[in-house]
Amino acid sequence: MDPVKLEPGDPVHLEVTPDRFVTVRYAGASGDFNPIHIDEEFATSVGLPGRILHGLWTMAQVARAHTDAGGGPESLKRLSVQFRGMGRMEEPIVVSGSVRSVEDGVAVVDSQAEQSGHRIIRNAVAEISVD
Amino acid sequence: MPVNTDAIGKTYPVTTYAVGREKVREYAHAVGETNPLYLNVEAAREAGYADVVAPPMFVVVYAGRAITPALFDPEVGIEFARMLHGGQEFIWGPVVVAGDEIETTTTVKDISQRGGMNFFVFETDSRNQRGETVCTGIWTNIVRGE
Repeated sequence: MDPVKLEPGDPVHLEVTPDRFVTVRYAGASGDFNPIHIDEEFATSVGLPGRILHGLWTMAQVARAHTDAGGGPESLKRLSVQFRGMGRMEEPIVVSGSVRSVEDGVAVVDSQAEQSGHRIIRNAVAEISVD
Repeated sequence: MPVNTDAIGKTYPVTTYAVGREKVREYAHAVGETNPLYLNVEAAREAGYADVVAPPMFVVVYAGRAITPALFDPEVGIEFARMLHGGQEFIWGPVVVAGDEIETTTTVKDISQRGGMNFFVFETDSRNQRGETVCTGIWTNIVRGE
């Protein structure tokens, strides 16, 4: 994989609409079977509006936006996020961010994930290795 | 009520995870990845990898298993009904490919109380069969006050 060139201000962007079964597939793939993600009745019984997305699935969308921008899986060296609120199925999610700085072959990128006006991931900071 | 911090520094038995090709593909599909490096053996080999590459966030599969005993440890004392995943950080080393064997150690990094909430911070250290650290994870769980 060849590192790409990134400059301060360059955008990171990804849009995705999780379908209604994404949490079921992600539960199987990840091993996280917490019923708040896969059982509508259980989720409402604990006061949620319904089944919610796994936070780490949403973080994977943020990671994907960065590996797409960086040219592949080797480019992503660090990602830290804060989770807020809850992600829902069948509502579009927009990951957006921009390169804050580039120094010594490392681009620092600030981003967030927003859904229906809520920033469900905020203060995301990534390091991407660049050319 | 002050939170019990006795478990800070506690470590748990190492877990070993054998990375399988179909598991990598299943995970990649579940998160919407389309990069052929994750899905197609020929594409991965052509790019110089031994087998399909695990997306960076595949760490949740090999390290998630290792962190579970810490989350359920009565000495740590997390109340699940009020627990939220507050934050997450991963620092990656060399990529993981199918066929790798990953050993993960989990440590209770910190337990603290701020603004009526209890913060439980765990660290996972995952190494491949060559002893290289493939990912360090810092997992922050928050338990809301009553």
